[in-house]
Amino acid sequence: MPDSSLRLLLIDQNVTRAAILEDGLREAGHSDVTVVRDMQNLLKRIVEVQPDVIFIDLENPNRDVLEQMFQVSRVVHRPIAMFVDKSDADMTEQAVIAGVGAYVVDGLKKQRVKSILELTISRFNAFNQLRDELDRTRQQLEERKLVERAKGILMKQCAISEDEAYAQLRKAAMQDNLRLADVAHNIITAARPLM
Amino acid sequence: MSSDNHLIIGFVPLLDCATLIAAVEEGFMAQEGLAVSLVRETSWANIRDRLMVGHFDAAHMLGPMTVAASLGIGHPTMPMIAPIALGLGGNAVTVSNSLWQDMFAHGARLGADPVIQGKALRQVIAQHKQARRPPLTFGMVYPFSCHNYELRYWLAASGIDPDRDVNLVVIPPPLLVDAIRDGQIDGFCAGEPWNTLAVEVGAGIICAITQAIWRLSPEKVLGCRADWAQRHPELLAKLIRAIYRAALWCEQPEHHAQLAALLALPRYIGAPTETLRRSLSNQLRYAIGTSLVHIPEFFVSARHAATFPWASHALWFYSQMVRWGQIAPSPEAQQLARATYRPDLYRQALLNTDVQPPMTDFKTERTTDHHFSLPGEDALSFAAEGFFDGKVFEPTAVDEYIRSFA
Repeated sequence: MPDSSLRLLLIDQNVTRAAILEDGLREAGHSDVTVVRDMQNLLKRIVEVQPDVIFIDLENPNRDVLEQMFQVSRVVHRPIAMFVDKSDADMTEQAVIAGVGAYVVDGLKKQRVKSILELTISRFNAFNQLRDELDRTRQQLEERKLVERAKGILMKQCAISEDEAYAQLRKAAMQDNLRLADVAHNIITAARPLM
Repeated sequence: MSSDNHLIIGFVPLLDCATLIAAVEEGFMAQEGLAVSLVRETSWANIRDRLMVGHFDAAHMLGPMTVAASLGIGHPTMPMIAPIALGLGGNAVTVSNSLWQDMFAHGARLGADPVIQGKALRQVIAQHKQARRPPLTFGMVYPFSCHNYELRYWLAASGIDPDRDVNLVVIPPPLLVDAIRDGQIDGFCAGEPWNTLAVEVGAGIICAITQAIWRLSPEKVLGCRADWAQRHPELLAKLIRAIYRAALWCEQPEHHAQLAALLALPRYIGAPTETLRRSLSNQLRYAIGTSLVHIPEFFVSARHAATFPWASHALWFYSQMVRWGQIAPSPEAQQLARATYRPDLYRQALLNTDVQPPMTDFKTERTTDHHFSLPGEDALSFAAEGFFDGKVFEPTAVDEYIRSFA
């Protein structure tokens, strides 16, 4: 059963990732989720929300800022970094791999938080996969653009058709055991007028 | 995770990670048969967590952070050790142009003694109070850092209460220059190249260097988990030797250009080569448009036993943690703090080499005007050192020292 009474705060500069996690938490029955993107007035927000659990992405350099707030502020319940318990070493590592840091208010029972942490880790991983796919797609697009440009250069220089230019590119790639995009890149570089 | 001789070491892009990077890039690790992957991190909290879960075997760390981890302040306890230091000094306090103008009106001058600068700042703060203006805000990089303690030491010795008269906030180093330029903070205490970068964009003035506050003060260390060190004594000894030799290499002026080019790479610090070269050569510009000042021993990577992990340094951190309410005093905590720094492992690793490390684990921190040697240690030279206010830290009398601040 989800423990819907817990107040959750999510600090993430990445809008997409924050949305993915927020949706996941709400689907799992956690209605009390606050998302914060910038660090300005963060302490004020924390005081308002009084979260039981705080998540922050590990790419965020402001993690150290957050930890200091817990150190010095008397108005915040002191949350502590969750990466600790020997019995949780595995989950802790999973969280670090996924790229998320978690803080829980001191004294909160571990069982109440476990499912939330699991869900957060899986959503962060899902986001990482999405991002990897996006990176790959972007790279493919870039490579296709290179090939198009190289084809254009060959068509002009050798007065050949588009199909012939493509065939030449492929042949060169196979001969030199290179990727098509690398051959295209070489052609573009070679065709660049000398300064 | 370490497998055979492969180690993963984390670092934060700051000038004093230079020794680690040189150890890898200049072949000192390889000489010891170590293959090291360096991983750049964005926060000290990440460094701590990755050490904790075993992603890192060792890391570039703030000295007090290793003590805080062993004591379990702010997060559950993780016994850590510091078996070698990564240099001494190198920090400075930079203030915004407008604060400097106010301080100047009260007698502060470029390059002046911290006593004069502190007095000027105290007067500015008193004036602000009278005018009911909000308190000044100073940035530093981490609650358990020498920057925090040095800044607090200077403020308190100047009659300024760091918890009441000013706001102290943590700002990650890469955001410091923007923060002071945009007026979010009125000053900060950080290592290089951040002070120099703030001066270069005309956003601030270097008003005090830590060398003037506490000469040859401790700074970063190589930190690792105590249980890791216990399981891998041989690897650790190799690591200590490689870093020791790299520190000597880094200190040679003829290597500074090469080292600066290396550190300038985006995968390391990613700051302009020329800025880094100047910092490595201990050249500072206090304000834009003024000439470069050479400050010998502003940052020291090898000389004066700069890599030796003095147990007395760990005790001083403990004294400041108690002083500023980060931890309640107890003999157990003091013992745990002291045991985090491991001069014994340093000596052991350098046994059967031509290196002669200090024979004692402790040294008294006092102001001296002349070079001196510890008893029986003619081979080492110690420069003038100690605190700017003339206070003496006697590592055998830590409790008295803490009480003296009350």
